[in-house]
Amino acid sequence: MDGVEVEAGMDDVLTLGGEKFTSRLIMGTGGAPSLDVLEEALEESGTEITTVAMRRLDPAARGSVLDVLRRKGIKVLPNTAGCFTAGEAVLTARLAREALETNWVKLEVIADERTLLPDPIETFDAAERLVADGFVVLPYIGDDPALARRLEQAGCAAVMPLGAPIGSGLGIRNPHNIELIVESAGVPVILDAGIGTASDAALAMELGCDAVLLASAVTRAQRPGLMAAAMRHAVTAGRAARIAGRIPMRRYAEASSPSRTA
Amino acid sequence: MPDLRRTAAEPGSSAVPDGSPDASPLYDVAVVGAGVAGLSVAWRTARRGLSVVVVDPSPGSGATHASAGMLAPVSEVTYTEQPLLRLGLASLAMWPAFRADLEGESGEDLDYRTDGTLDVAYGTDDMAYLDDLASFEESLGLRVERLTGRGCRALEPMLSPSVRGGLLARDDAWVNPRRVVSALLAALAKAGGTVITERAGGLAFDGDRVVGVRLASGQVIGATSVVVAAGPWSPSLVPGLPIRPIKGQILRLRGPEGFLTRCVRGLVHGAPAYLVPRGDGEITLGATMEEMGFDGRVTAGGVYELLRDARELVPGVTELELSETTVGFRPGTPDNLPLIGPLRGTGPRGPAEPAAPRPPRPPDLLAATGHHRAGVLLAPITADAIAAFLTGEPVPQVVESCDPGRFSR
Repeated sequence: MDGVEVEAGMDDVLTLGGEKFTSRLIMGTGGAPSLDVLEEALEESGTEITTVAMRRLDPAARGSVLDVLRRKGIKVLPNTAGCFTAGEAVLTARLAREALETNWVKLEVIADERTLLPDPIETFDAAERLVADGFVVLPYIGDDPALARRLEQAGCAAVMPLGAPIGSGLGIRNPHNIELIVESAGVPVILDAGIGTASDAALAMELGCDAVLLASAVTRAQRPGLMAAAMRHAVTAGRAARIAGRIPMRRYAEASSPSRTA
Repeated sequence: MPDLRRTAAEPGSSAVPDGSPDASPLYDVAVVGAGVAGLSVAWRTARRGLSVVVVDPSPGSGATHASAGMLAPVSEVTYTEQPLLRLGLASLAMWPAFRADLEGESGEDLDYRTDGTLDVAYGTDDMAYLDDLASFEESLGLRVERLTGRGCRALEPMLSPSVRGGLLARDDAWVNPRRVVSALLAALAKAGGTVITERAGGLAFDGDRVVGVRLASGQVIGATSVVVAAGPWSPSLVPGLPIRPIKGQILRLRGPEGFLTRCVRGLVHGAPAYLVPRGDGEITLGATMEEMGFDGRVTAGGVYELLRDARELVPGVTELELSETTVGFRPGTPDNLPLIGPLRGTGPRGPAEPAAPRPPRPPDLLAATGHHRAGVLLAPITADAIAAFLTGEPVPQVVESCDPGRFSR
């Protein structure tokens, strides 16, 4: 984002799967009430990558969300939402690769319908198979540092730990684990799911995440376009704060205008 | 942007089938599409004394056939679609007179019901959503009553004891859309309208002006004005029209009369479902929303999810007969509002006409399509607006939001 570049005096780009992006906000399309509202939200978000659920979407059908993304030059990231087994996820990813001519996939294998939490075993199994098949794999996972490390070793291009369950808007429930994942990660960490409002997105970036993925927080907001703009600013602000380096927390006050020199 | 002239250049699109021994008469209005929108337009226009022909290979077989027939602008309100709410409320207010005329002229019973919609929540999260919706509805001055779970079950005893609470929108109504089609066909015939059960192959042109409909057989039906009401197939007549098919799977169940007495909508873990009872014991259960193009397959997952969610709300549905599984294609627009009004000079025609003084003749090409989920609800206002455009009567102001040219920015 230009603001960060100027303020931090650096060329702050996100490198993901060998490609470079200036926006660190990845959008999802689920929950948008209409294509016009979605288009406005995408515009306001400044996003360069947007995920699309391949289940119940015909990539050849005209006038759909894919047309909006193509028109806006936004990279389409197919996801495997709605899959419960590694087998389904691999099949969905392959169909998406064929239909959309992209070898990128956001891997999502769900453990149960109530929580929509990711199934770590099926996810890992699918990730191994998709990496072997030449995919750029971005797996959605719980906030588990050990699993994140294993997926990185397996060849995933990023890891995408959740802040809280999909669509819950509960924010980042375990910031400590997100920090642990960031500390040891050699691939980009993308906070995925749970974002409710702008401060959640800023916090993710302050914790050191490389990007944030969100959908419902914008598409189900009362004014999606305005919330998308808020998220864009929050991600930029959080990234800048991370680079700037925050002050340590103290138990007691420290006068900001010292009365004597050290 | 759409370009009609491409169609005009096709062979067989000349205005008058010269030398044809049985040249068709010149109608005032040709309507392409005999769904609830097209038939309503045709009927209301014929009642005003215009000669009307409707072209459709299979009247009432599209989205109208699948539709549940909910007239529910109150319970379907969303934050981003207030123009649609205003349009829906205006059309709902027209329904009692529309129904009285239609039942009177056709002699058919539409199974029109005015007992309101009961919108219920299954879990605490769903309840929080309903509370939010109720506050929004109240802020718009809409009449809704908040009910406890027991309050909901007092109204609808077949609801699950797990229902946490709900909202009653007393002003919502519903109707059997298949009966509406049947009644419209009867009323249209009585008003002197003609129905041609053939597929429209395209529009017929004289230069840049639309002068009728070219049937798939090649015959041209001459008309002063053509109304495109072909739902999701409308872009095949007017290329570039911003309408796409949105697949819906919908079920029909059959059980004892009075199993449910109101239209019941519900949220089950965030997923919406509705059950619409008819006087004859049929219950319509819907519906999926899928961006699948014209994919006519009923899928296991679609049927399963509808039944699963319905069973959470009304456990007894498992004992009913599953009498029908249907796929329909809603005509969706980018902003979920329909296209109602003249097409000339508004975009789908390409460059606008010069602002020369217009001759006092009706528009040659109009749209009455793109009604998405609300075709049955919006039929009365669509019909009267199109009739007004054709006859020069004042057009209801609320229809301005449906200007077909609004996307050509």
